[in-house]
Amino acid sequence: MIFSRFKPFVYLFRQPRHSVGLLSFILLMALFNSTAQAVTARQFVDLQQGDSAFKGYRRAHAKGICIQGAFHSNGNLAEYTFARVFSKGTSEFNGRFSIAGNNPYAPDLKAPVRSLALNFAMSSTQVWRIAMNTPPVMAVTNPTDFYQQLQAIKQGPQAIKSFFKQHPESQDFLNWKSGYTATNSFAEETYHSINAFYLIDQQGQRQAVRWYFKPVSGDTKHQAFEGDNALQQELISRLSAAPVRFDWVFILAQPKDDENNPAKRWPAERKHIVAGQVEINQWQEQLKGACHSINFDPLVLPPGIEPTQDPILRARSAAYAESYHRRAKEALKGAFEEADNE
Amino acid sequence: MNNHPLKFSLSMRIMHWAMALLIVAMLAAGLSMVGSLDPWQFTLLNLHKSFGIFVFILVLIRLALRLKSRLPELPKALPSWQKLAARSTHSLLYLMMLLMPLSGYLMQYFAGRPINVFDWFYLPASIEVDIQAFAFFRELHGYSALALILLIIIHVAAALHHHFIRKDSVLRSMM
Ligand code: HEM
Ligand code: HEM
Repeated sequence: MIFSRFKPFVYLFRQPRHSVGLLSFILLMALFNSTAQAVTARQFVDLQQGDSAFKGYRRAHAKGICIQGAFHSNGNLAEYTFARVFSKGTSEFNGRFSIAGNNPYAPDLKAPVRSLALNFAMSSTQVWRIAMNTPPVMAVTNPTDFYQQLQAIKQGPQAIKSFFKQHPESQDFLNWKSGYTATNSFAEETYHSINAFYLIDQQGQRQAVRWYFKPVSGDTKHQAFEGDNALQQELISRLSAAPVRFDWVFILAQPKDDENNPAKRWPAERKHIVAGQVEINQWQEQLKGACHSINFDPLVLPPGIEPTQDPILRARSAAYAESYHRRAKEALKGAFEEADNE
Repeated sequence: MNNHPLKFSLSMRIMHWAMALLIVAMLAAGLSMVGSLDPWQFTLLNLHKSFGIFVFILVLIRLALRLKSRLPELPKALPSWQKLAARSTHSLLYLMMLLMPLSGYLMQYFAGRPINVFDWFYLPASIEVDIQAFAFFRELHGYSALALILLIIIHVAAALHHHFIRKDSVLRSMM
């Protein structure tokens, strides 16, 4: 009889109490499984903010300084994208230099990563947010591994060593790290998109790219500063003399390159296109400038630029939203008014 | 002579069930996407925003239809407190259906994020970002969603109560 094969099921139908038990067990397992596997934005931001959050501040890259400037596009990228910023001409932006970490009072020179974020609000319907870091690649390829990497960093040198051993995909990152020496200046670092994006041209063709901001050698012997705010003071001192400039360089992927893998560098012979020059000329303290209110979510993109499926890039949007939601609520509750009265 | 029809007009019935599906899907999408780090989160969020705008337009059409058409009457035997309860849940449901898309749009507006509607056109956002206004409408969106879920539970329970316990024509008037 066909029923004999389904005996356990028939049994369960006859014993409703047991099937309820089994069902709850399966549901519990499913619940446990889903929470055990996928890291959520909440868990991620909890880990980043640490045991006591700095109310009102970003949960990552908490310390920074607001800037303004303009991008002078030379039109060289216009054949690859119809995004308005890249037609020949000038677009103004505001932005933020920052250091990685959750502490808005952290000593500048101790941070392992420095960052530059930009906000192009070209019109009320065209906005581009960009957040770049000093490394050219991630050490890992997905948010769960990144979460474990951050946990390992918190646990100490031994843990991070064995983490890298278990993650051979971190090789390009480690190679970069061993050749990198931090400078004394935000203006002398190179900042990378890390994640790849698509440029969309007039015909709708897409080209995968990464980009970086390359410092235009100006005043390389500028006076170095010391103390907790060394990088900010150095920047302020430079800006009082002259604008700080970067070339905006795009790297074009070949079909062989995996644009969804943020840990893999593309070969050095790939085509590089300088799209123009970025000129930064003003600054404000972060709580007094416009940059503090902005969520530099890299998935806020203008027509002509689209996101890849890179799991890290996709994860950033939700994690930034979680951090932004937390600090926005705190700002609404007056996190900074109290600080001002102190 | 009774001036009231036994059923809602066909257009209102279609609106009701189409929007019921849409709004439950919107709530499910909203609750599952917030906090997910998966690659589909961004895609779902964009659909959520586009369909949310669509819901707003549908609610306006639906309210216009409602003003124009003759509606079935609540059963005469219904105690007056239940009539009041029915009318207030219905008004609150309409209010929440307007408040959800409005608060969703306004939080994005003040965060300076233009909304890409079905890859078809963009709704404008503020050039200046106002984080406190964002926070206000983000919280409103979250708490309104909670209120809407509660209202839907009450609404469904009441409909089933009419049909299976009171055995009157209320649920059939929407079928
Ligand atoms: C899964 C990976 C990542 C997670 C979970 C993550 C998380 C975060 C969070 C929570 C913030 C604070 C956002 C806010 O409150 O406004 C932040 C800021 C930032 N992130 Fe990431 N991040 C990731 C990867 C990256 C990558 C690959 C880059 C560089 C290409 C990057 C660059 C930045 C920068 C520059 C900021 C500061 C932006 C500003 O000045 O406001 N992040 N990140
Ligand atoms: C019928 C209309 C809508 C319903 C029922 C709805 C429902 C929801 C729900 C339940 C959530 C989760 C709330 C939370 O976790 O606190 C949510 C989040 C959200 N909704 Fe809506 N929504 C609607 C319309 C819209 C519209 C029109 C927009 C924007 C144009 C929008 C944008 C958002 C955004 C940005 C989030 C938060 C995402 C995040 O923080 O990661 N919603 N929505």
